[in-house]
Amino acid sequence: MFKVDDYDVVVVGAGHAGSEAGLAAARMGFKTAVFAINLDSIAMMPCNPAMGGPAKGHLVREVDALGGEIGINTDKAMIQVRTLNTGKGPAVQSLRAQCDKKAYQFSMKYTLEKTPNLYVIQGEIVEIMVEGQRVAGVLTKTGAFYGAKIVIVTTGTYLNGRIIIGDVKYSGGPNGLYPATELSSCLDRLGVKLMRFKTGTPPRVDRRTIDFDRMVIQPGDEVPQPFSYINDKIEVSQIPCYLTYTNDKTHNIIRQNLSRSPLYSGEIKGVGPRYCPSIEDKVVKFPHKERHQLFIEPEGLNTYEMYVQGMSSSMPEDVQHAFLRTIAGLENVRIMRDAYAIEYDCIDPTQLTPWLEFKDIYGLFFAGQVNGTSGYEEAAAQGLMAGINAALKLRGGEPFILDRSESYIGVLIDDLVTKGTNEPYRMMTSRAEYRLILRHDNADLRLTEKGYRVGLVTQDRYQRYLKRKGQIEDEIERLKKTRVSPTTEVINFLISVGSSEIRSGISLYELLKRPEITYENLKVIDYGRPSDILASAIPSIEIEIKYEGYIKKEIEQIESFKKLENRSIPNDIDYENINGLSLEARQKLSKVKPVNVGQASRISGVSPSDISVLLMHLRTRGH
Amino acid sequence: MDTIAAISTPPGEGGIGIVRLSGDRAIDIVLKIFKSKSNRDLRKVKSHSMIYGHIIDPDSGSSVDEVLVSVMKSPHTYTVEDVVEINCHGGFTSLKKVLELCLRFGARPAEPGEFTRRAFINGRIDLAQAEAVLEIIRSNSDDTLKASVAQLEGNISREISDIRSKFIDFIAHVDAFVDFPDEDVDDIVDLEPGITECIGRIDKLISSAGTGKILREGLKTVIIGKPNVGKSSLLNALLKEERAIVTEIPGTTRDIIEEYLNIRGVPVRLIDTAGIRNTDDIVEKIGVDRTKAFLSQADLVILMFDSSVELTEEDLAIIDLVKDKIVVALLNKSDLPAKLSAGYINRMLPYARIIRTSLVDGTGLDELTEFIYGLFYSGDVKINDPIITNTRHLACLKKAADAANSALDTLKSGSPVDLITVDLMDAVDALGEITGETAGEEIIDRIFENFCVGK
Repeated sequence: MFKVDDYDVVVVGAGHAGSEAGLAAARMGFKTAVFAINLDSIAMMPCNPAMGGPAKGHLVREVDALGGEIGINTDKAMIQVRTLNTGKGPAVQSLRAQCDKKAYQFSMKYTLEKTPNLYVIQGEIVEIMVEGQRVAGVLTKTGAFYGAKIVIVTTGTYLNGRIIIGDVKYSGGPNGLYPATELSSCLDRLGVKLMRFKTGTPPRVDRRTIDFDRMVIQPGDEVPQPFSYINDKIEVSQIPCYLTYTNDKTHNIIRQNLSRSPLYSGEIKGVGPRYCPSIEDKVVKFPHKERHQLFIEPEGLNTYEMYVQGMSSSMPEDVQHAFLRTIAGLENVRIMRDAYAIEYDCIDPTQLTPWLEFKDIYGLFFAGQVNGTSGYEEAAAQGLMAGINAALKLRGGEPFILDRSESYIGVLIDDLVTKGTNEPYRMMTSRAEYRLILRHDNADLRLTEKGYRVGLVTQDRYQRYLKRKGQIEDEIERLKKTRVSPTTEVINFLISVGSSEIRSGISLYELLKRPEITYENLKVIDYGRPSDILASAIPSIEIEIKYEGYIKKEIEQIESFKKLENRSIPNDIDYENINGLSLEARQKLSKVKPVNVGQASRISGVSPSDISVLLMHLRTRGH
Repeated sequence: MDTIAAISTPPGEGGIGIVRLSGDRAIDIVLKIFKSKSNRDLRKVKSHSMIYGHIIDPDSGSSVDEVLVSVMKSPHTYTVEDVVEINCHGGFTSLKKVLELCLRFGARPAEPGEFTRRAFINGRIDLAQAEAVLEIIRSNSDDTLKASVAQLEGNISREISDIRSKFIDFIAHVDAFVDFPDEDVDDIVDLEPGITECIGRIDKLISSAGTGKILREGLKTVIIGKPNVGKSSLLNALLKEERAIVTEIPGTTRDIIEEYLNIRGVPVRLIDTAGIRNTDDIVEKIGVDRTKAFLSQADLVILMFDSSVELTEEDLAIIDLVKDKIVVALLNKSDLPAKLSAGYINRMLPYARIIRTSLVDGTGLDELTEFIYGLFYSGDVKINDPIITNTRHLACLKKAADAANSALDTLKSGSPVDLITVDLMDAVDALGEITGETAGEEIIDRIFENFCVGK
């Protein structure tokens, strides 16, 4: 062992969590090292070539609003983008981009490299050194020691990774990389409780062997939207995806070969995600479904590889060939990479504080898939929060915690550290209680001020935020004050958009509440409209006005939510000595150590009666 | 916690009554006012034993009552604290005196339900049990007890959980639809009948609350009729028949006679307007307002006529007062030659049930009690159906129904589907407040159970 250097922060892993963690800590002024097993795997997208979607796209926007990189980098690498759920409601609309995987990786790698205070280093970390319940540094496989005040573990699916393809299994990391085989036992020695999860990825096929005429084309939007708030607009080549379906023949092949599936033979013991079921799972669990959708997505501009979304599998290679060729358009398909399942070690995230620090070791943080999540966006969100909190800890500041009423990030981390997870955790809008407030159009309004205060948001971003916020507020005020009378022009406009006539004066604000009236078509009778309204401000203005009633309802719910959230619980509370708590509640509360009563109330096994008792106890203690 | 005391038996002129104390100082306080016949020290007696003696007012040295004192020591008591019960024999006056002594020596008067609340705080019972126990304490008749017990066993919980589960299904449907936009989740078309059905079920529970209220407070029944028509006799006959405990509710003015009785399991509060009559001209003298006030609260009016004489001005005035109420008209004194026909009364009060009675030989009493029983069990509310007897539950149900109706409006208005989940979630939360269930993972579990989604 030899010492190389001392760092304020060492990040173990350079995937989507590690990249954000490293960038945040370095940008906040701390000397940071980011380690990767292979530097060419920085910010790799080992599964689908897409970023965003419902809730996940919200996370991207939130990370961006706080000064993270994922949104900016996606904008650089996207080759198609769509707004989803346009007809289903304001809160659930989101962006999803198809990315050029290699472009994504290399632009993120370059960003890391050129960031001041940030050093990327190739090496496998085999040990985290701890002295007196405080981290001291990390040791590489080659025996190099790097001192560190804070260590952030972002190992993704690399820990004791094991690849399974049918009856073939071997030790391996994602996408042909080698796994991290020694760090797990170190974590175990440090008292970190590990779990075993499983995930999978579908085959990649050669686009020259696909008959796209037998599929339905899925084009991008006509007017592409950027993810990042620092981009007003974006140019995208809008390369299409294609939709096709499985059929009876596909399902029969799968059924006939079920005994060869490691999922059903008991070979795979790790817990897989329900939202990303393998095709064999879908066929078994939903036998009445005649077909399942498959999306064929490009992996990049400079490659023939296509990703077969919906075909995740751990069936043997020969079965994969057979069932793919039953599908319309894939009759002559050539597989370039087999589908595989991967098992890996992750930690039980209830061992973490709401700022992602391991409760028993000072300065040891965890973020990303190692915390039991799934998805690039979920990883990036945690990485950012871990990076920010590492920096704040070094500054001696209060932790930066977002709650469930202000962000999906808050929902994500609160769920992880409070409830834990027994499958790879994916963010969904259904996990958020206040999704009309947590929209993707207003992430900057919710978070940029906070990001500015911790020092991660740049001056440029902050000024953009102030401008957008000002425009939205001023414009809503102006629409409230601007009244129109039932003149011929106004009546003609109303008739032209199929709206009912007015008999007396009305504000444009009230008119905009009508479903058939949009900010865009209203301009015909809106003479005083400023000419410089940002395109991105318009949806926010419309939503705030059209759904005012529903939004108010959620704001009321948030107020009552905040009551418990603001009742903090002192560190030294002894649950064993509170009369009236159920045995289960005592155990769970002692383990999770919630920071406030709201968090306590979300722990499974803690009943409303337990919370009443806890509140009573805190009151008698004068809290 | 401080020591509380209360008279824990229903007020009344019955024989034995109990003053109960709970808290750290319960035994010390009783020591100061109790003299054991055998000079035993309450602090040293075995838990759950009874000691005979007298309550003495230390100031005057005089005996207040002859009592049995039960000492129950923490933690094996109802409240988990030290509990002392003083069994008094001298009726309400001495109970009050004993309680006053307890308060004078350091106890605080218990708030309603505070013993049960302490049992809850000290972890002996959970919230739902605590509520059900409070209902049992308040229950006055067999059926109230049955409803409370059913609640304890989860009869209401089951129905409410089931409705709540339906709402969660609807939300899961919408959420699958929005969280997995690429998947072929069915469009949101069939939510309307589902939500409508749930609203119907909630409304049924809400309407059962009326029955629940009657169970708790008794069917308010006003007996009205001109002087000497037989009101008091009717009252006595009903009381004798049912052997009910007759209590005079304290706090009510002396001139109202209000009795509580139990007719085939139906609790009935009889208000005899005879008590408020003090001259011959009933309508004028008692004041129409006063009578109206009683009548306006009445669930049932028993209007008595003397069938041996013709209708008087007074009778007509009374008929006018009650014509909007549920009325049973008794043609009393049917043992005497009739001067009044049922048909005639029927024309005056077309919706009233008319029964010929004679309180001399008991004619018609069975028919009357049958009618009261039938009135209570009219409609489809049966005692075995879930009945809401708890005000908090009722408020939550109303909130859930409002939210579901609002979701239905949103759905019909063609607004984006996402918006209806705001209201549906409100409904789920309101129902969960009754059953103690909180949403969360449930919706997500439901999505994956019901929809094949995911890449």
